Amino acid sequence: MIAIPSLLGISVILFTVLALAPGDPFEELATNPAIPPEVRLQLRASLGMDDPIYIRYFRWLFAMLQGEWGFSFVSRINVDQLILQRLPTTLIVIGSSQILALAIALPVGVLAATRPYSIFDQVVNTLAFVGFSLPTFFTGLLFIMFFSIWLGWLPFVYNTNITATGWQWWWEHIRQSIMPVLVLGLFQGAAWTRFVRSAVLDVIRLDHVTTARAKGLPESRVTIRHVVRNALIPVVTLVALQMPIVFGGAIVTEQIFRVPGIGSLLITAILANDTPVIMAVTFVFACLVIFFNLLADIIYGWLDPRISYR
Amino acid sequence: MSASTTQARPVPAAVGQRLLEISGLKVHFRTDDGMVRAVDGVDIGVDRGETVCVVGESGCGKTVTAMTVLKLIAMPPGKIVAGSIMFEGRDIVPMSPAQMRAIRSKQIGIVFQEPMTSLNPVYTVGQQIAETVRHHEGLSKKAAYERAADMLRLVNIPSPQRRVHDYPHQFSGGMRQRVMIAMALSCNPKLLIADEPTTALDVTIQAQILELLTEMKERLGMAVMLITHAMGVVAETAQRVVVMYAGKVVEEATVEDLFANPRHPYTQGLIRSIPRIDLAATTHTRLEAIPGTVPSLLNPPKGCRFAARCRYVTEACLAAEPPLVEKAPGHKAACIL
Repeated sequence: MIAIPSLLGISVILFTVLALAPGDPFEELATNPAIPPEVRLQLRASLGMDDPIYIRYFRWLFAMLQGEWGFSFVSRINVDQLILQRLPTTLIVIGSSQILALAIALPVGVLAATRPYSIFDQVVNTLAFVGFSLPTFFTGLLFIMFFSIWLGWLPFVYNTNITATGWQWWWEHIRQSIMPVLVLGLFQGAAWTRFVRSAVLDVIRLDHVTTARAKGLPESRVTIRHVVRNALIPVVTLVALQMPIVFGGAIVTEQIFRVPGIGSLLITAILANDTPVIMAVTFVFACLVIFFNLLADIIYGWLDPRISYR
Repeated sequence: MSASTTQARPVPAAVGQRLLEISGLKVHFRTDDGMVRAVDGVDIGVDRGETVCVVGESGCGKTVTAMTVLKLIAMPPGKIVAGSIMFEGRDIVPMSPAQMRAIRSKQIGIVFQEPMTSLNPVYTVGQQIAETVRHHEGLSKKAAYERAADMLRLVNIPSPQRRVHDYPHQFSGGMRQRVMIAMALSCNPKLLIADEPTTALDVTIQAQILELLTEMKERLGMAVMLITHAMGVVAETAQRVVVMYAGKVVEEATVEDLFANPRHPYTQGLIRSIPRIDLAATTHTRLEAIPGTVPSLLNPPKGCRFAARCRYVTEACLAAEPPLVEKAPGHKAACIL
């Protein structure tokens, strides 16, 4: 329920900041000798650029609610079309990298926590430390060097216009997604492994785990039903809270691998002072973050019966 | 003081047969500071249908002894260094984890000290009781839930059919301890270990829980090993009492014998330190306490472990540890006096 006012608040702040920011989409026209200043001013007025901020905000808001997202100053394409072109790529890359991260962090973190201070645990801890200490722009470049340049196994520029069909088309897409997914997934996975490990260690020494053992249950059932199940509660919180960071990190990764996602769209738009696109993309990011928080709240209520929604 | 607080209890028919025999048990824990000898040569026997109280101060090894019977101590750092735990003629110490699982809950149930944390907060109490009976008796989900509701009714929880679907946080402390007891008894074990089951509860609730334990014991005919530090609890429930001090048994007797004729100065001290409302009302005496604290189990003293706090201490006490010997029929004590 808090989601709607949050989104409104975010949109107000975004809009104000963008309106106050230096940089003018008409700068380019100003340097163009073929366009006289009067025409430029007329253009500004016709686009409503000289109205006060709050009027412009409400105009934007109502247009937005009607599904009218405006058009890009630079490419003259409707913003919603532009975003719809780019969003699936981003969601697929981020989605698979997060699934990869969870697929690493959950089993490895649980195994490490059930054997604390064993060799396995120490190896995991070291690797995790290395993993989340290396920033993605660094590992990304390392991966490109290694897999694309030395080994030549993977393409290092993401190509959206793959001409192949059928299986070949899928294969090409998977091949070019491997590196960005690995870079993002391993980074998140390393951070989450440490968190899962400590969450499991927190639960494993609680009294109710001893109770479960005293019931005569096999160790695997004790671990899965009575330890991991309870340890998931803080993990869900962390995963949801990290979503903004994940999207932020994805912008960097998309730049490195030239993934034509929503992040690289944002960067180009910012460089070109393309206000409608910046506004829309940041707003989509805000929506995604709020959506994941909402999702976390729902999973939370399902995992922890002590929380109830009336 | 004994005659007024203890009366003869009905003795079940099966008494006389040994159910559990702990002998020479030593459990040590490896820590950064060295070996902690938490349990250092303990002998405790429990007959079928009997209630044995294990009594002593905090940190004297009572809980470790109880947990070791079900091998619930963390190993490592814990280790059973010596001794045997015979349950129905079979030694538990060398048993494999799979053999232990067949004994836990099915043969020996356990109730812990902290009802607030001993139940898993994310499952209903019905799920948690049903889990035990489904695992051991292979009941269907429906039958297991019916058993869970029956168990809740048995431990006097109102409207059990509805309460099985409630989560632990919807129960009070005393009610949760009832749930724990219901869970421990759900597979009809031959022995119930209750590790300070009333310590975390209000005084009025304590009495109810003890009453419930006694009632359950009489209805189901199991043996009870009750760990406590309260002599009042001992007087109310036990048939036989084992007094532990610093990882060792210092005295063992029937409850009547122990209160009438305590042999070990430590036991005498424990009995004297029971608050007595009759004395408090008449004289202005302060509650008696045993001076000092339990010695470190990292490096226990050479002679009698109680020597430093004993009012009758002699040279001989400091020189060698007195063995646990029979002072009278059925009454053993580890004291040279």
